[in-house]
Amino acid sequence: MKLLKNMLGWVDERFPVIETWEYHLSKYYAPKNFNFWYFFGSLALLVLVIQIVSGIFLTMSYKPDALLAFASVEYIMRDVQSGWLIRYIHSTGASMFFVVVYLHMFRGMIYGSYRKPRELLWIIGVVIYLALMAEAFLGYLLPWGQMSFWGAQVIVNLFSSVPFVGNELSVLIRGDFVISDATLNRFFALHVIAVPLALAGLVFVHLVALHHVGSNNPDGIEIKKNKDANGIPLDGIPFFPYMVVKDIVAVVLFFIVFCAIVFFAPDMGGYFIEANNFVPANPMQTPAHIAPVWYFTPYYAILRAVPPMFGSQFPGVIAMGISAIAVVFLPWLDRGKVKSIRYRGPIYKAFLASFVISFIGLGYLGVMPVTPTYTLISQVLSVVYFAFFILMPWYTKIDKCKPEPDRVTFK
Amino acid sequence: MKLIKKLWLLVLLSMAPVMVSASTGVHLDKAPASLSDKASLQRGAQFFVANCLACHSAAYLRYNRLMDIGMSEEEIRKLLPEGSKLGSTMQAMMDSESAKMAFGAAPPDLSVIARSRGTDYLYTYLRSFYVDPTRPSGVNNVIFPLAAMPNILGPLQGDQELVVEKHEGGHEVQTLKLTTPGTMSTKEFDATVGDLVNFLDFMGEPAKLVRYTYGYIVIGFLFLLLLLTYALKKEFWKDVH
Repeated sequence: MKLLKNMLGWVDERFPVIETWEYHLSKYYAPKNFNFWYFFGSLALLVLVIQIVSGIFLTMSYKPDALLAFASVEYIMRDVQSGWLIRYIHSTGASMFFVVVYLHMFRGMIYGSYRKPRELLWIIGVVIYLALMAEAFLGYLLPWGQMSFWGAQVIVNLFSSVPFVGNELSVLIRGDFVISDATLNRFFALHVIAVPLALAGLVFVHLVALHHVGSNNPDGIEIKKNKDANGIPLDGIPFFPYMVVKDIVAVVLFFIVFCAIVFFAPDMGGYFIEANNFVPANPMQTPAHIAPVWYFTPYYAILRAVPPMFGSQFPGVIAMGISAIAVVFLPWLDRGKVKSIRYRGPIYKAFLASFVISFIGLGYLGVMPVTPTYTLISQVLSVVYFAFFILMPWYTKIDKCKPEPDRVTFK
Repeated sequence: MKLIKKLWLLVLLSMAPVMVSASTGVHLDKAPASLSDKASLQRGAQFFVANCLACHSAAYLRYNRLMDIGMSEEEIRKLLPEGSKLGSTMQAMMDSESAKMAFGAAPPDLSVIARSRGTDYLYTYLRSFYVDPTRPSGVNNVIFPLAAMPNILGPLQGDQELVVEKHEGGHEVQTLKLTTPGTMSTKEFDATVGDLVNFLDFMGEPAKLVRYTYGYIVIGFLFLLLLLTYALKKEFWKDVH
């Protein structure tokens, strides 16, 4: 024990171990009224770790080669010890990453976590989300099945609709004139090194920013306004051990859901792993129906809802791009007097409800084949989606808010 | 307020698995077999090696994997084609170039066919050939029109004829009628195809045999862990007011 203490002392003189521990954990005061919604931040970090670890093991047996990739995935599924488990953990992790991140983002929206002083924290979060989308898209090509190939084809073709430089841009992304071995190799490089590295850095910065400004809470009020004689927030509670033991319960609950999927429904009825992706990529045979994986479908529906203008798909691409990053503007669009939905008026709630309905509705339409009715519904829902953002300065200002409490609500 | 929150949650969680089934408009019969029926899997394996491997390969399945469905080494050795070892993968007897010449399309590898098509599709497909003299193979298929595959199971099943009934409003109903019986009764034939499809299901994902068992153990353990961690949380939080 004494030896350990001495060692810690030796290290601490040379590296701020204790200071770091205290700043980020044992003396980081989180609001004690955190509810269910506050689990998803730490769960997102957990899924990132799961993805990196399972990804490392997959990389040991996967072959990024157009002739070998498909077979190497089946090799992992059959001949590698527990390879099927590692792969299902990784494929389930990809979808669960988006489930967790969407819930985490929605939490930020309902409790106004993007409002001053957390604007930068929010922006970093949106950048993480974009990096995550890139990571998922790149990784989806690797199994080299029909959906991998044609999904990548559709998305890369979007870039070729950019005026003037479109063709060059798409060739640059593919490294070839078609999706090919060169594309597979560069997507692999980006998927296993570039984007994960960026993600790790961004997550670190996200946490530094969070711990600098402090966590928001379901009441949307600042706990730093009420401090005791020692400067500790009265409604705060040390992250370690209190929030840690609470998060561990959430982790176990999450693992139950996660393992239920991994062991009982890894395909998730074709939404986590698409059936057509068990057919090797074939450039000569376009599948009748190309649907992106579920987490991209709301944006895909918006893309398809916008009709081509001047013979170009570009307006749809722009609309899709804006829809994906629209949340980044929330800190400046929201003029409400309160942060949390608990004290917002009915107008905001109505708009938020319509936003959720449009997002889920578009997600549903994104996997469906195009029909005139569906296109019309997609167009209406796209307008609703954008109205939530565009009209926000107006409706948050005129909304009738309830008074915020002085202290957090905690029973 | 509480209710609204719960509703939000419900709506959001429902977003994760957007369970919609794209309707193909074709009725598929339910494949009868189950992976826990080892005898059925073994019959399917025997049938597969004796019939399907003539033209198709199953290049991701090794013969010794048949031990997973309870076959002994001797039994597997009896199935091995010349030049193959226990650890060899299942290759087609016919090379794909000559198969392409013969049928007009290379027979696909069947390793993961059950995953791309589904067992119900395969079960229905293999039983839905009917006599069609306009086709080079002499047969056509209800759920895969113009299939290049000849009806190699025809001698077992017998010949079927397509009967199209026109209902009011242009609605058509297609049914198959047995015209010449084969060496098996319909019941026997359905059971044989069921065994085969069961084996194809195993072949598509051999891990399926153990996956569910592991799942129960892991999730059982997690529920115990949940009790423990929840008690830990309660203990720590009892002095938080």
